Amino acid sequence: MTSPLQQKIKITGPSMVTANRTSDGIVIYRTAQQGWSASLSDAAIVRTSDEARALLAEANADDVGAVGAYIAPVELKDSGEIKPGNLRERIRSKGLTIDLLPA
Amino acid sequence: MPLVKNARTTTDLFVQIADGAELPGDGAILVPAARFLEDPEAVLKHAGKVGVVWPNNRDLDDLVPYLDRLAAVALVFPSFRDGRAYSQARLLRERHGYDGELRATGQVLRDQFVFMSRAGFDAFEVKKDADADAFAETMKRYSVFYQPTGDGRVTALNRRMQLRHSESAGQ
Amino acid sequence: MYAYDELDRTLINERVSEFRDQVKRRLSGELTEDEFKMLRLQNGVYLQLHAYMFRVAIPYGTLSSKQLRRLAHVARRYDRGYGHFTTRQNIQYNWIKLSDLPDALADLAEVGIHAMQTSGNNMRNVTSDQWAGVAPGEVEDPRIWSEILRQHTTLHPEFSFLPRKFKIAITASEHDRAAIKVHDIGLRLHKNADGETGFEVLVGGGLGRTPFIAKIIKPFVHGRDILSYVEAILRVYNQYGRRDNIYKARIKILVHELGIEKFAREVDEEWKQMGHSALTLDHSAIEEVRSRFSYPAYEKLPHMPDELKQAAHDPLFERWRKNSVAPHKVQGYSIVTLSLKPVGGPPGDATADQMDAVADLADKYSFGEIRVGHEQNLVLPHVAKRDLPQLWKALDRLGLATPNVNLVTDIIACPGLDYCSLANARSIPIAQELTRRFANHDTAEMIGRLHINISGCINACGHHHVGHIGILGVEKNGEEFYQITIGGRADENAQMGVLIGPAVPYAEVADVIEDIVEAYLALRDRPEELFVDTVKRLGVEPFKERVYATR
Repeated sequence: MTSPLQQKIKITGPSMVTANRTSDGIVIYRTAQQGWSASLSDAAIVRTSDEARALLAEANADDVGAVGAYIAPVELKDSGEIKPGNLRERIRSKGLTIDLLPA
Repeated sequence: MPLVKNARTTTDLFVQIADGAELPGDGAILVPAARFLEDPEAVLKHAGKVGVVWPNNRDLDDLVPYLDRLAAVALVFPSFRDGRAYSQARLLRERHGYDGELRATGQVLRDQFVFMSRAGFDAFEVKKDADADAFAETMKRYSVFYQPTGDGRVTALNRRMQLRHSESAGQ
Repeated sequence: MYAYDELDRTLINERVSEFRDQVKRRLSGELTEDEFKMLRLQNGVYLQLHAYMFRVAIPYGTLSSKQLRRLAHVARRYDRGYGHFTTRQNIQYNWIKLSDLPDALADLAEVGIHAMQTSGNNMRNVTSDQWAGVAPGEVEDPRIWSEILRQHTTLHPEFSFLPRKFKIAITASEHDRAAIKVHDIGLRLHKNADGETGFEVLVGGGLGRTPFIAKIIKPFVHGRDILSYVEAILRVYNQYGRRDNIYKARIKILVHELGIEKFAREVDEEWKQMGHSALTLDHSAIEEVRSRFSYPAYEKLPHMPDELKQAAHDPLFERWRKNSVAPHKVQGYSIVTLSLKPVGGPPGDATADQMDAVADLADKYSFGEIRVGHEQNLVLPHVAKRDLPQLWKALDRLGLATPNVNLVTDIIACPGLDYCSLANARSIPIAQELTRRFANHDTAEMIGRLHINISGCINACGHHHVGHIGILGVEKNGEEFYQITIGGRADENAQMGVLIGPAVPYAEVADVIEDIVEAYLALRDRPEELFVDTVKRLGVEPFKERVYATR
């Protein structure tokens, strides 16, 4: 949940690169095909700090398409499913945790 | 970097002098503040026009005694987010009566042209060519201004008062 | 209401055109994000966790019904059908597309609404008392001066790139509802011994990482000189405010580092040099602005109409009236607060349908006028007392008659980690849980006035420092924890709350707050002693003991 601005590029587990799409702001994930996807399941997974740095640099190079790219942790399930690695990313991936109308 | 004056891209007649460099024999020169202050009288004896590049964190008091002998003052925007030179510009124009060229240098971008002009700048070392080309167009963005500055533009309040006055005079 | 004229409208439209051009250049790649960010912020556009967030200005919290309907329209057309009223009397939309923003701004411009300077390192929306112009005993309507300052600070060519954001609040009442002591500049209207109108000027207040109560820099500045004096403060700040560290860039740090005496001398020196200038407001200039504020044509109505006497037999109506209805300066009228804090709801949110309905009610019962208060509630400022029973029924149907104004469930909360990219922890679900815990109105009334303020990070958008109980979200090893402070207040006796002890985990916050409230009920020396006064009398120790003895 630390702001990505404070993050140094040093990862301790499987990670991905995420950002928001410039035109509409939606959450997007950097794919292994040098593009972006709105689905976390398409995210490229990096395991070393060097890989993370390279993926982030590639993502940052797309200044027109994406805003504020940063590295975030993921949890890899045995089934191969990719899950967000912290609360911030869970909220970004799944949406609000709250009821909008009084219950 | 294109220089915009009188709303047009123009040739910069001033030669920027690096710290420690020899002054040329003639021609217009822009001298860094520190260099100028080492021996202002010597620099001002230069055969051509003299201008000074003044940093945005330096008090203007040291510059003020020489203003009437300077052809240009260049104020600096190290980042477009750093607005100190706007205050310096207004003070030079409105308090110290400086009427030579007042040049904006550094990160000078299109979206700050109107602010700079209102603060008293009349020369712009523009960072991007496209922005320099768009200068005249950009200056037309606004026709209403709320604050009085030394640029002579009539404020909204004054226009309202004039209107009110002419309405009541016509009755 | 202040009526925009052709000049105001032209300026807003020119601003929309400019931003349309800037968005176009951003989407085409002509502007980098680094260059664009400041431009979008100056139009109230942030990037949050899920989407762009769009903050629209409601200057000094005054809206017409037409404007409120347009805010509803924007919520419906460009967002997800709701908006969030903020502690700076603004409204935020959470899901807007960058590509739609110019159109949304153009729609708002048609009714004289803009988003200029709702973010960025410039002069933010000038805030004021939500009861301005209707509160009994006011020196005069502070919105005249708010508007003078709003115009002066809009697109100011010298002060649009300050070291950091800059907030001004104005009050004209003894009781400060505008929290002027926690603003960069706080202005209190009063009259001097000669009966002239002027301002007590405070400077250097603020919350955030380093909270300060504002200090008095000048006890009296004549109204005609207020623009030049504010400009002198801004000029000193623009030149000497720190730009090396974002956390030390606010004017409060400059004032603190120089000391108020030295800072005041710098400002005075600058002010003296400015002398009599174009900024001096002569009588006719002030009257010009004043003349464009219109006031309702109030009727001559009885103090206690029959409708009210009859309705008094209904205990539910009476409960609401006693809680949400305040005296108006004109006999026969009332000021009505509409609680945006229903039990279980996100504090300060209103749906587009609610906004439309409130606009209709304002037309019917409040001369078409609505106010937004910094406590994130709405106000109908001119309701005839005879209409109160009908209004109550209508509000109740809309879910806007929760009788909890100023009570424990009238919680101020920032959007927190559900929306905000700066947040460390969630705010809204904490608030929702607390409103459920204290849902019983009898209990809430017995507790009495108690302000709970929640921020999801140290930036303090939820004003936790000045909550009677403040809750601050922090992160510990990837988990959400909350620091609890007590004894803060934002009014004329403003002070910062005191931390009661170690942060507690998310799941325990509501229990801890219940413990604190129970401790207060046991400790207060009479039912009228407010929570803050008990804390003031006894200090934090007894509360601390109660909370941590069993944890």
